[in-house]
Amino acid sequence: MDLNFTGTDVCAINGTRSAPEAKYDLVVIGAGPSGIAAAIEGAASGASVLLVDENPVSGALMGNDTPLYFGGRMTAATQNSDRMLEAIFMSMPDLEKAMEAGVELLLGTTAWGVYRNGPGVQSLPEQVVGLADAERSWLVGFDRIVLATGARDLAIAFPGWNQPGVMGAAALQMLLSRYGAFSGRRIVVLGSHDLALETALMAQEHGLDVAGLVEVRDGPQGDAALLAKITAAGIATHYGQSIAASKGGLDGIESITLTDGTHIACDTVCVAIGLIPSIELVDAMHGPRALNAARGGYIPAGEPNVAAVGLCAGLPDTGFDHVAYRMDWVRAALRVNAPDTIICQCEEVTLADLIGIQPPNYLPRPAAIQARSLDTLLDDGPANPDQIKRLTRSGMGVCQGRRCRDQVAMMLAIESDKPFGTIPLATHRAPVRPLPLKILAEWDEPATMDAAWDVWFGIPTQWVPVEDIGTEYQDAHREMLYTGMYT
Amino acid sequence: MSGSEVVIVGGGVTGLSAGWWLARSGVKVTVLDKFIVGWEASGRNGGGASHYSSPLFDEEQRLWPQMDELLGYPTEHQKGRILIAMTERQWDQYRFIAERHTRLNHPVELLDVKQVQEAVPLAGDNCFGGVHYKFGGHANPQRTVQAYAWALQDLGGKIIQHSPVTGFETAGGKVTGVKTANATYGCDAVVVAAGPQIPQLMAQLGVDVPLAAARAEMIITEPAPMMPLGGVDGHKIYGRQTLRGNLAYGGGPHEWLDVDATGPAARPSTPLARNLAKRLAELLPKAAHLNVIRSWAGVIENSPDGRPIIDRLNSPDNVVVASMSSVGFGLSPASGHAIRDLVIDGACSFTNIDLLKLSRFDGLEKDWREKRGWMPIA
Repeated sequence: MDLNFTGTDVCAINGTRSAPEAKYDLVVIGAGPSGIAAAIEGAASGASVLLVDENPVSGALMGNDTPLYFGGRMTAATQNSDRMLEAIFMSMPDLEKAMEAGVELLLGTTAWGVYRNGPGVQSLPEQVVGLADAERSWLVGFDRIVLATGARDLAIAFPGWNQPGVMGAAALQMLLSRYGAFSGRRIVVLGSHDLALETALMAQEHGLDVAGLVEVRDGPQGDAALLAKITAAGIATHYGQSIAASKGGLDGIESITLTDGTHIACDTVCVAIGLIPSIELVDAMHGPRALNAARGGYIPAGEPNVAAVGLCAGLPDTGFDHVAYRMDWVRAALRVNAPDTIICQCEEVTLADLIGIQPPNYLPRPAAIQARSLDTLLDDGPANPDQIKRLTRSGMGVCQGRRCRDQVAMMLAIESDKPFGTIPLATHRAPVRPLPLKILAEWDEPATMDAAWDVWFGIPTQWVPVEDIGTEYQDAHREMLYTGMYT
Repeated sequence: MSGSEVVIVGGGVTGLSAGWWLARSGVKVTVLDKFIVGWEASGRNGGGASHYSSPLFDEEQRLWPQMDELLGYPTEHQKGRILIAMTERQWDQYRFIAERHTRLNHPVELLDVKQVQEAVPLAGDNCFGGVHYKFGGHANPQRTVQAYAWALQDLGGKIIQHSPVTGFETAGGKVTGVKTANATYGCDAVVVAAGPQIPQLMAQLGVDVPLAAARAEMIITEPAPMMPLGGVDGHKIYGRQTLRGNLAYGGGPHEWLDVDATGPAARPSTPLARNLAKRLAELLPKAAHLNVIRSWAGVIENSPDGRPIIDRLNSPDNVVVASMSSVGFGLSPASGHAIRDLVIDGACSFTNIDLLKLSRFDGLEKDWREKRGWMPIA
């Protein structure tokens, strides 16, 4: 086979990508108070500014606990996107100020990836953020980006936690204060740090019955003034306790039993133990991040032209060690949860199978694999959540690990007897929100992309069957399958 | 060679399979990996196992149905594949491939649109037809890599992770030791199966191995209902339905990279996910509503002709070099066998692999990468 190399690999990515649809001096991801302020400030300085926020997300995504841990306690109102949009404008008057300042605002628009050239990639025409709404996805270029993505709920398993009515504090606050779309009536709040205290008080102000506060440590953790309000409000507190059992029906949770035997009827358990700064985009773009226990976990470490503001940059530092606090909850969880407690809800991975490093239940478990465990895996090196994900499937489901990645990392730290900070952060990958194929697809891709597209490398000799080399079939093979390649 | 010591540089699927085969022959095996087994391309591929172009094909086909039993761990191997044509041109090409299989007695069947949809219910009636391979198949790369590693340990072999190889000790025309930052591992023979890092490692032994590295990408969806046939290729993409139901697909333009001795600096995915999503939504239109939940990239190396290099060197004469040239996962049961044969017997027992000798590149022009356009973007 004579190959006439031209110095160009027509199947390489070089020059094939589409340019972004638009370009802004500044793109702000997240239209909470910090994001709005950053957008207004940018516009005031004369910059072209795009402000996007994924909310309102679709009812289907909320049902998958995206972006927050809604626990199925949304009312039917959340199915009405017009009403949801209106609710956002009503609850965030500064959005109108931003628009008046010249900020271009897109709600219901997800930022699912940020891409730029760096180690391992030099083929991007410029740095872009991937956006998507209910209809399509597209790319937008930027000079500077501000991540104001907020914080998401930390979930920690308890017996029966995998049923409707178990939800996070940020989700509850959003349903109550922004949408007025919470369907529960009687809630138990887990935690007694500021987040839990504020959430309990907010719930009571909204007319809900707060059936109690449960704290795993022996005394209250939060701000004294907030605690005084809890006492004044007559909310019962249970210290040194966690949930030992729960009961539920078709509509989800109906009651819980604490480790001391106390029985509490409720239709909602709000896990208000902690918030995780939403660094999905930072991590997926290989941005630097650092563990900061006083600020709620991994936070962006900062770099030129990429700023993080608001809770995404870290929780307010009050000197409280959030990581140590969460680890106490997870230690309690490891004590009370039966081996068959589901830890990864999407993939139905039990606690026993997670710690046993066992494959999912649709695979056989021969004797050799039953003899394997986290302990045997640790003989080969430190625990790595991504490796354990691959083997157990924990964190591999449609919620993209939002419900289990943090507690799994803590469980691995405890079970391998290592500090939390030694356990690598499980990788976040784009799209950082579930995105249907038909939405993600670049339907109007440039002809350059299709022209370069080969199923693999387009190397003319790579797939010529060994029997055909040097025969008449060799050239036929090349002519039929590699027309236009190289020559 | 029973009782002798072999060090394998690189805990990817090729090195692990070779180690497992050697351990089965009573060799004391130590696999050194820079990080965690299967962390690079071996754990980031489509899982296909139908490589009829390779001299290792027959052995690949013989072994895969037995691998779960031989290893003692599940690989998720599934038999059969289908190639679905979405354009008239693709239909011509795929029928050409089918004719070739028929000529070589590989069992294939042409399927009409209705038959395609029976085998692959997520396919639409917009396809031209399909070619059903009644051979080949696919497996789960990540589970298989770990299965090799565990099976090797069960036979007494050692896996040393987080230990990049820094160099070799030589004496009397042989490699006598393999060095890492913390230790030197004495050996009677060495297998260098370190993927894109092979050229830098082999240069230390004065051997030129022409390989160039590139990055390629994949996407994966949430689970779909299980289809009768999950190994679905076509429309210039490759992939599979996992046993969980997810659709994992790759293909399309690659990006050439320079990779230094420490390995790929990063494996970033790019907006190419959108172009993969477009083709997958066209290939399987009834899956178009499924959520994409991850994308990822891997770095693989290619030889100048895209064919593997599996060779035992003349000097040092106890070194086997093995690169599968970007197509290593599916062939791994057979490549490990071939490497085992070269280490122990000096020749492959089950097929002629002269085609894969390094010496075919003797006299290769110095600017072979430039000529092919296989250079990183400046």
